[in-house]
Amino acid sequence: MSVNVTMPALSPTMTSGTVAKWTIAIGDMVQSGDVIAEIETDKATMEVEAIEDGVVAQILVAAGTENVAVGTVIAVLAEDGESIDEVASAAMVPPQIEDTAQSTAQSGAKTPTQPAAEGVASNTEAKPIGTVTPPEKTARIFATPLARRIAAERGIALDQITGSGPHGRILRRDVESAPAPAMHAPENYSPANRAAPLSASSMNVPAVAGASELVVNSQMRKSIASRLQESKQQAPHFYLTIDCHIDDLLAARRRLNEKAPEGVKISLNDLVIRAAAMALIDVPDANVSWEGDHTRRFQHADIAMAVAIDGGLVTPIIWAAEAMGLAALSKTTADLAERARHGQLRAADYSGGSFTISNLGMYGIREFAAVINPPQAAILAVGAGEQRPVVVDGALAVATVMTVSLSADHRAVDGAVGARWLQSFKGFIEHPVTMLL
Amino acid sequence: MTTTHFDIAVIGGGPGGYVAAIRAAQLGLNAVVVEREHLGGICLNWGCIPTKALLRAAELRHSIDEMKAFGITVGDVSVDVPALVRRSRKVAARLSSGVTHLLKKNKVPVIEATATIGKKLQNGRELLLSDGTTISAGHVIIATGARARSLPGIEPDGTAILTYREAMVPQDMPKSLIIVGSGAIGAEFASFYNDMGVAVTLIEALDRILPVEDEELSAFVAKSFEKRGMKIMTNVKLKSVSAGPNGVTAILAGDQPKLQADRMILAVGITGNVKNLGVDGTAVKIDRGHIVTDGFGATDEPGIYAIGDVTGPPWLAHKASHEGIICVEKIAGVGDGHAIADGAVPGCIYCRPQVASVGMTEAAAKKAGHKINVGQFLFAGNGKAIALGDDAGFVKTIFDAATGELLGAHMVGPEVTELIQGFAIARRLEATEAELMSTIFPHPTLSEAMHESVLDAYGRAIHY
Repeated sequence: MSVNVTMPALSPTMTSGTVAKWTIAIGDMVQSGDVIAEIETDKATMEVEAIEDGVVAQILVAAGTENVAVGTVIAVLAEDGESIDEVASAAMVPPQIEDTAQSTAQSGAKTPTQPAAEGVASNTEAKPIGTVTPPEKTARIFATPLARRIAAERGIALDQITGSGPHGRILRRDVESAPAPAMHAPENYSPANRAAPLSASSMNVPAVAGASELVVNSQMRKSIASRLQESKQQAPHFYLTIDCHIDDLLAARRRLNEKAPEGVKISLNDLVIRAAAMALIDVPDANVSWEGDHTRRFQHADIAMAVAIDGGLVTPIIWAAEAMGLAALSKTTADLAERARHGQLRAADYSGGSFTISNLGMYGIREFAAVINPPQAAILAVGAGEQRPVVVDGALAVATVMTVSLSADHRAVDGAVGARWLQSFKGFIEHPVTMLL
Repeated sequence: MTTTHFDIAVIGGGPGGYVAAIRAAQLGLNAVVVEREHLGGICLNWGCIPTKALLRAAELRHSIDEMKAFGITVGDVSVDVPALVRRSRKVAARLSSGVTHLLKKNKVPVIEATATIGKKLQNGRELLLSDGTTISAGHVIIATGARARSLPGIEPDGTAILTYREAMVPQDMPKSLIIVGSGAIGAEFASFYNDMGVAVTLIEALDRILPVEDEELSAFVAKSFEKRGMKIMTNVKLKSVSAGPNGVTAILAGDQPKLQADRMILAVGITGNVKNLGVDGTAVKIDRGHIVTDGFGATDEPGIYAIGDVTGPPWLAHKASHEGIICVEKIAGVGDGHAIADGAVPGCIYCRPQVASVGMTEAAAKKAGHKINVGQFLFAGNGKAIALGDDAGFVKTIFDAATGELLGAHMVGPEVTELIQGFAIARRLEATEAELMSTIFPHPTLSEAMHESVLDAYGRAIHY
């Protein structure tokens, strides 16, 4: 008796999905509970587990196939004693590819694959398999409509959440307090399949002219693309660059770390964040965002820091950074970066912010211009601190210099405001005692 | 002197207290109610219920004026005020005796006395009763309610200057009446007395009547009251009031002319009954006349709880009852462990036109930073309302544009106090616009206006 694996409905609104990856191959033995595939929806990528034991007889939908309707048979398993060839020949089921979202209603009313699936059933008594199969086999998760919608928007799997409502029903508050899914990023980016890294052997293959590979863009990439494209197209960027001498700052940092409590290690980046926070309070005209008819003026320096993660980046926020002591700031940044890399940020950690800092100094970048993170009006690009020849009192000398560039949205921040902000920032950086006040 | 120990002692037998006691009994706890006067509290005896009986009389009286339009001829009409009041009292008495029966059925003893919380015992608290006895309880729930607030220098005398209490048992109808305060109580009395032919002046210190309601509701009710001949004055502050043989004279602040009327009703809010409870010296905090509690009725003093009006606004019987239930369930360690959510308590005002609302007003939703979709549907477009001859009013719904959460619903018009529960359930079940849109509303009903309002919030109203 063969077993059909169907495209599962991973969220209440899911009508179709992409088979991102198969983790099985024809002939593999699978046991109930084994991960057999990764399915990508517009919201998230989730693993699908087998709910029956068997041998993979056929994979009907190739990895990377998009818009496979929920309920479509995507693979067939042979059970004990069956030849996989028999099963495979009996289960020639064409995958159903959705061409538009409109077919949702249709698939809800009568799954397009039903006739085919029934055909299989009559021949081979195929049973559906997969975490979630069409309605009657579904392990129902009780959640309120609002909870379902918020979970879907944030890419949070409901089966990962414990409900606190009557009979364990998942309520909105349960979803809102749940950790964000892995590799979560602003605007609810969600993880997706990425290109496999070039393996050592593939590097040895002689170059073929024009060789390339098409990689499906993940939701995170698409999200980054659309937001930053929007930013560059709509926000008139201008750029201001200034050099900061940081020998005193480095010395101060050394002294601070000598006296710092156990477990606290203040980084150069922490000091940059601190100085930026102080400068935003000092020059509040730069601590704004452009919102069409209004300009929002922030009361606090809510500083987003760009953190590179696998496949993209996230910008968790240090709320009211100006009010934090360096030790607390350092702990906060370390915690946010750690959680960002492990995909454990909550929505509240990255939603909002008044200003972003992007630091590529650790890669030896001398200076660069960053794209504003909308709706914020400015972003600071921080380069590496390096020894450079400088002129002091008419003579050449060596100083450690860090070049920073401010990208600002001219709709909300004028050139002089940006310049004053950079002066203020430079003042704090070059006279570190003042930022400790 | 006898000493008896209970698991839970409830001080006050109003809609908070008696409900808490019954829930305690259901959970197998040994509970007692200490009540000084009437079981059922203000709600049953001097609030919600008797005023509904009066307002029903007013509604019937008003509908007689409409009879001609329905093709019915009515002869001479007169109102027998004492009979009308007698009926209202009878209704209250019937329900109060019903509460007596319910407590008896649940084996909850009722002690007719006032209570003062006494010293801490190993197993709870001592309660000193005004009848000289002492009882003790593991947990004491204060459910003493609230009483009418008066304004400084303006003391109700019960004959010319009235509180709600005298206002609901008039022996005759005055020719003219000033009502101070336009919240639920003021608006209901204004509506009642106006229907009884009294010249009503409604004055409000804030810039609009029904100031806690959505602005559009306030404006609609104000217009409707004025059409009925009431005089409404907003942004008005009373300087002084004097009562004499010719009635009441009110001097207003600023250069406003003085007001004169036969009687005045003070409806300027209520204040908690927090005196003589014996909580001085405990950790129980009292803020502006109300006991401070957490979401489950716990005060800062272990073993002492407070529910209902004594804990502050909204002063609503159904809020008190629900607080009683979650307080007792928390003590018993059952229940789903959720306090009353913001905006979960619906409010109803039974003036003509009726007003009902749940959740945030439009202004509050905007202030809270929501991007919103607002729907509105007039009862003038509702078949049932037109057939009833009562088609003034509307249903307004406010949705969060991002999540589809029903943030608030605001209704004015026929029987909206009976309709609002639909939206309260929707909020409790965390329905979004999608579920409300795909729910089938029966035709012809007033509730169809609710459906259309939801559809309108998304530009999909059919009959608009």
